[in-house]
Amino acid sequence: MTAWLRQHAEALRRAFRRSTRPAGLLGALVIGVALALPAGGYALLEGARALGARANLDPQISVLLRPDVKRADAEALAGALRADRRIAKFRFVPREDALKELSAVQGMPEILAALGRNPLPDAYVVTARDEAIEPLVADLGKLPAVASVQADAQWARRLAALAAIGRLAVWLLAALLGVGLVAVTFNTIGLQVLTEREEIEVLRLIGATDAFIQRPFHYQGLLQGLAGGAVALAIVGIGLTLLNREVGTLAASYGSAFRFAPPGLGDAAAIVGFAGLIGWTGAHLSVSRRLREMGS
Amino acid sequence: MISFSSVAKRYPGGQEALRDVSFTVEAGMLAFVTGRSGAGKSTLLKLIPAIERPSAGSVIVNGQNVGALKRPAIPYLRRNIGLIFQDQKLLYDRSVYDNVALPLAFSGQAPREAAKRVRAALDKVGLLAREKANPVQLSGGEQQRVAIARAVVNRPALLLADEPTANLDAESATRILEIFVAFNQVGVTVLVATHDQALVSRFGKQVLHLEGGRIGAAP
Repeated sequence: MTAWLRQHAEALRRAFRRSTRPAGLLGALVIGVALALPAGGYALLEGARALGARANLDPQISVLLRPDVKRADAEALAGALRADRRIAKFRFVPREDALKELSAVQGMPEILAALGRNPLPDAYVVTARDEAIEPLVADLGKLPAVASVQADAQWARRLAALAAIGRLAVWLLAALLGVGLVAVTFNTIGLQVLTEREEIEVLRLIGATDAFIQRPFHYQGLLQGLAGGAVALAIVGIGLTLLNREVGTLAASYGSAFRFAPPGLGDAAAIVGFAGLIGWTGAHLSVSRRLREMGS
Repeated sequence: MISFSSVAKRYPGGQEALRDVSFTVEAGMLAFVTGRSGAGKSTLLKLIPAIERPSAGSVIVNGQNVGALKRPAIPYLRRNIGLIFQDQKLLYDRSVYDNVALPLAFSGQAPREAAKRVRAALDKVGLLAREKANPVQLSGGEQQRVAIARAVVNRPALLLADEPTANLDAESATRILEIFVAFNQVGVTVLVATHDQALVSRFGKQVLHLEGGRIGAAP
């Protein structure tokens, strides 16, 4: 057991020495820059998703009645709404209440005073039971007392749909770059194996197993990948900090404190782990292939 | 210890290096393989640690049929065989000490025990004082002695040397052979390939003479 640990420690020490050479650092940088792309994209998408979630995603519909509809007729509409099974709940908003709500917004009382009368119609706020609200919106529009129908949540749902497409794109990018980075590691470790060919041949002649010979290369690939993951995180962190300065100004003009959050602990660990896996895989494929080529 | 029966070795190009070779070297013996260059000496030696596989016949080492050994088992076979080559195969990016310590990296000795073994091996070949030197700084004969120290550091039961004295002057060559004799006297089986007939006859040991890939009568 201690012999086994000693061998691993020695392999790790050798791998570390190699990884800190210019070629090793360059390899880590390549992995880092390439992985920063999907990692950064993911962080931006998570931000967009948070923005969408903050908006009300319930399929809510505003039904505005014609101004000439009498209050009794307007209240009578409730029966028709109650009968519709696609509607989860609804709420009647009399025009006086709507005016009161609007007056609470800064600057509005002056405008309303200038108008001299209540410009708002009576309305119903309807919450649909499911996501497919288009047929319901069309049917509500056909009711006699209704002037227009607005589906408020649509923009938020479009944002969510866009984010889903973006997420797929990020995953595809990560997968493609992952394959590319395995190839990059395959190459750098392969060159390393070639420069140590003489030593490997001697080691084989004196009875070293392939596992022993491969071990430092495995660790080298792993370290290079992990370092690459850390570089990717650093790039994303710096990029988001710069971006947030500009976003902050924009968001403040909308009265929002929105910021893009840096990757959390779990996401950061996943990125570094993924990078390490890439490095190890590239190294393993490379060194086992070279050893096969060298024969026994 | 080593037993060849009807061994043939044909290389992929069609060249026949060994033909119908049969012999036995008992444990604890010192034997020479002689013959001109190209007679098949190196091939014969390479069959023993499974660097090459026989095309026909069987090579038995320590009761193991080496020709049929699976690849993953080969390293463990080699750990019990000390190999010495004409070109030493030392690593010139590290000290004499580290060269000799190389086989101990994977045999599981504690560092203190490993250091003791390395120094003991260097002492036996008379190079204890040069442990910190780089092999490049040593003469050909000294480099060959470092290679011997590396071969014996794991205390193998069998030593194989392929033309260990080919590039050395007579005095260094004699010294190398005396080291082999000394190991043989403490029970190590030794097989040395050489084209130097004169050197061999001075020792009066078992001789396997190869001619055109066959065992023949010594001249």
